[in-house]
Amino acid sequence: MRPILLSGHERALTQIKFNRDGDLLFSVAKDQHICVWFSHNGERLGTYKGHQGAIWTVDVNPDSTMIASGSADNTIRLWERVEFNEEGTQLLGVTEKRMGHLGSIVVLNINPDIDGEQSDEKELTIVCDESKATVAGWSYMNKYIIAGHEDGSVSQYDAKTGEQLENLPIHDLNMQLTDLQWSNDRTYFITASKDKTAKLVAARDLEVLKTYPSDTPLNSATMTPKKDYVILGGGQAAMDVTTTAARQGSFHHKIFEDEIGRVRGHFGPLNTVAADPTGKSYASGGEDGYVRVHHFDKGYFDFSYEVERERQRAMQQQ
Amino acid sequence: MAPSFDHLRDADVDEDDYDENEIDLSDLREKYEVQLEQGFDTFVVIDGLPEVTEEQKPKLVKFLLKKLKSIGNTKEESIFMPMGDDGKSLRFAFVEYSTSAEAAAAVRQLDMVPLDKKHTLRVNKMTDIERFGREGRVEEEYQPPVIEEFKEKEHMRSWLADPSGRGRDQFAMYRGETVGVFWNNEKDTPENVVDRQHWTESFIQWSPLGTFLTSVHQQGVQLWGGPSWTRQRRFAHPFVNMLDFSPSEKYVVTWSNRPISIPDEGHPQLAADDDGKNYVIWEVETGKPLRSFANLDLPTTGPDGAPLKAPQAPLACLQVLPRMTLLDKTTIKIEGVMDFEWAPATVQRDGNKQYEQLFCYWTPELGSNPAKVGLMSIPSKQVVRSLNLFSVSDAKLHWQSDGTYLAVKVDRHSKSKKSQATTLEIFRVREKGIPVEVVDTIKDTVINFAWEPKGDRFVIITTTEPVGQTAVPPKTSVAFFCPEKVKGNVVGNFKHLRTLDKKNSNSIYWSPRGRFVVVATIANQQGSDLEFYDLDFEGEKPESDKDLTANLQLMNVSDHYGVTDVQWDPSGRFVTSWASAWKHAMENGYHTYDFKGEQLREEPLEKFKQWAWRPRPATLLTKEEQKQIRKNLREYSKTFEQEDAERVAGADQAVVEERRRMLDEWYAWRQSVEEELEWEREELGLSKPTDAAAAKGEDAEGEVIEEIVEEVLEETEEIVQ
Repeated sequence: MRPILLSGHERALTQIKFNRDGDLLFSVAKDQHICVWFSHNGERLGTYKGHQGAIWTVDVNPDSTMIASGSADNTIRLWERVEFNEEGTQLLGVTEKRMGHLGSIVVLNINPDIDGEQSDEKELTIVCDESKATVAGWSYMNKYIIAGHEDGSVSQYDAKTGEQLENLPIHDLNMQLTDLQWSNDRTYFITASKDKTAKLVAARDLEVLKTYPSDTPLNSATMTPKKDYVILGGGQAAMDVTTTAARQGSFHHKIFEDEIGRVRGHFGPLNTVAADPTGKSYASGGEDGYVRVHHFDKGYFDFSYEVERERQRAMQQQ
Repeated sequence: MAPSFDHLRDADVDEDDYDENEIDLSDLREKYEVQLEQGFDTFVVIDGLPEVTEEQKPKLVKFLLKKLKSIGNTKEESIFMPMGDDGKSLRFAFVEYSTSAEAAAAVRQLDMVPLDKKHTLRVNKMTDIERFGREGRVEEEYQPPVIEEFKEKEHMRSWLADPSGRGRDQFAMYRGETVGVFWNNEKDTPENVVDRQHWTESFIQWSPLGTFLTSVHQQGVQLWGGPSWTRQRRFAHPFVNMLDFSPSEKYVVTWSNRPISIPDEGHPQLAADDDGKNYVIWEVETGKPLRSFANLDLPTTGPDGAPLKAPQAPLACLQVLPRMTLLDKTTIKIEGVMDFEWAPATVQRDGNKQYEQLFCYWTPELGSNPAKVGLMSIPSKQVVRSLNLFSVSDAKLHWQSDGTYLAVKVDRHSKSKKSQATTLEIFRVREKGIPVEVVDTIKDTVINFAWEPKGDRFVIITTTEPVGQTAVPPKTSVAFFCPEKVKGNVVGNFKHLRTLDKKNSNSIYWSPRGRFVVVATIANQQGSDLEFYDLDFEGEKPESDKDLTANLQLMNVSDHYGVTDVQWDPSGRFVTSWASAWKHAMENGYHTYDFKGEQLREEPLEKFKQWAWRPRPATLLTKEEQKQIRKNLREYSKTFEQEDAERVAGADQAVVEERRRMLDEWYAWRQSVEEELEWEREELGLSKPTDAAAAKGEDAEGEVIEEIVEEVLEETEEIVQ
């Protein structure tokens, strides 16, 4: 099916998020606006204005009643990353080390009442003094906070106490993690790194389950529900190349690690990819300022490896 | 007033009246004392003389004296030739020179000089003999040298028998800091033979017959080979930059831009004489240096490894291996020689029965003399053909691989020197009188030229302007030439076959077997395409080409972003193109294609540097056997195809098995995680989130989104009257 081109941003995209129902798509870019779109037809629901700087991150709570955004406008705080927990009761943010603030991960309590007053008291602060955290997220049952660092390592923190439980060099040294996205049940996650690989890592012990090699530094990686695929997005930054070859993103099989397809259409590198939680579509945002929403066609759902079909048949017989 | 002679008074003269004897001159005397030669520094010992009787002796002395005097001052009385009891000489002599410097020069210059055909002089310093023989260094009793027990060497060509029985070729890859040798497995992952970290410091190189893999280090080069990949030889040339093998693998020449400096404590392989030299020629069999040269042009060896040249403008000298002496003891003088090339094979010239090697050279216009291209026969040193040319700005010599043709690409300038044009002068070396054919239909400058190996066709790449400092290189044209069809067993005139315009191509890679050629655009910002051509296409031939001995067909075009190098495998079945980290850091890695240009493999590798196919020695099969094989090719290919099919089926089975394993592993892991999660939830008294969501889903009715789409299919306007 033809992808829907969403041209609401004037500058490079930084993050896209679907809400849990998969009907809304939130996109943020360096142009200070947050756009909300209907994912099924690409119609714009509206924009949020108010930020004064580039917006780096957005997240929507499970009920789709609230969004949190992190921006580089120096008036509020330098948020690199925000993420709601499973229940939408707490919000996690990664702050950058700048203007006297130490790079840290903070947790805020959220009042689920839309009209209620939100407190700005930090529930928990984790200071990352060894290497700055670039991405972070909640694991299943808010048990851990997992953070990816600038030096290529991944840390596991206790979500209650903020104590560091584990720190493993998952990616190549000093190849920063650029994305961390969770599986549906938040028991494992996928990381994307500048070292040209994406890795599937278990949340409980940070064991690397799968590795997806790419030929370009990655900016984003996501997992598709329903089908066992992962989508990687990346590309040489414009300042690093003289001519760009037509390779920015790719599809891999989540279990077999094989590359099964390419993401095309963007001019320049892909900055972010997100999969629809209902498994019907995915969206990509590029340095070119466009969001492309791709609805999967029948071939996508029909395609499966022989061994997968074999297994399915066996399951049905049982 | 300055004192002058006119005004000199007596008093001035007499003033310092002193006694001469009172002056102490001992310090001056010490300083200017003439050192008389003492000891045996001025003596040399000459060995290797013929045995002579008392009557023959003066004759030999006289003959010897002539040689000795060329170095320094000596006289007949200074030569002492001891005689044995049987009245015959003991085949050596002592010679006294007037200074020790001359004696030293004699040792340097006369050692290893042949006296006649049978005798070679060995000259040593008398003091050296004293030194070596002193203090019981020579034992009283003769001890026969210990002959080391025979150890069986490894089979150096074992790789030719591919263990899988498929006749695969090997290649070496240098990526990151690791060098590995692999079997080419076409589409599949190459099979590793050996892989070593830091095997080389700068690059790797195969010897021309594929026996050795050469690694290059700061301390010198090392040759590796055999099934265990052990070190076979080492040539300790410090700071070596380049090396070249003779085509027979008998000799190696190494070159460094830094002159060799021998440390005071000596060098394990090189001698003091090699100090300040840039080239060293080594014998592979013994691993010893044969000779060294100062910076000349890079010496190249002739096809049979025998003569070796070291051009030294304006003259060229020829050295004969293995003794490394000048051919006929003289240099060949060619006034102003610019460049020369050995014929790559021994050519049987029409009407010539003797053994000969050919080499060609060219000299530019000197004064009123025209530029000249000459073809010289070695060892007779006869110029067998020469050609005069005018208005030459540059010339390049291209031998065809069998030495059948020599193409001289002549860049000519017009009288005003404003425009350039290229002509090709093709020498037909095998034909009587070596006729020269001129191809002068080319309008532009030729930037690349390549003969078909073992064939008689060639490809040129031309460009409109001379390549200069422009941001974007001008477009190029690729032109194919082949001989006309003629009756009889002769090759017709070279005719233009086709020109392809508006290209970016800059490189030509012929298959080592001929017929197929890859025309590529490498290391270029504008493009990176590889075009695969067949010159003997079996399809229909265009009417215009019916008199020509070629049928050109473009088989495939492939694009390899950032390609920097292309190489054919020695069998002409595969082509590899790679993007080397030496040239740029973007998308390093390699692609392999079959000869038709169909891509087989693509592997991006971090810091990929070099790919090198292992060359093969010439086949041992006779012409008849080869013919027989060609005749039965259909039957062979049938069995091979069957084997291939079986292997593919087996490989598929393995892949499926592997996938099944991965799938099972994944689901087992998922199950364990889910169980753990469940357990933990129960522990905390939480309900399953899916249940909650499901419960919620039951309450909430699905929202129906109604979309009204209005589409104007057609709009017509009618005017109703």
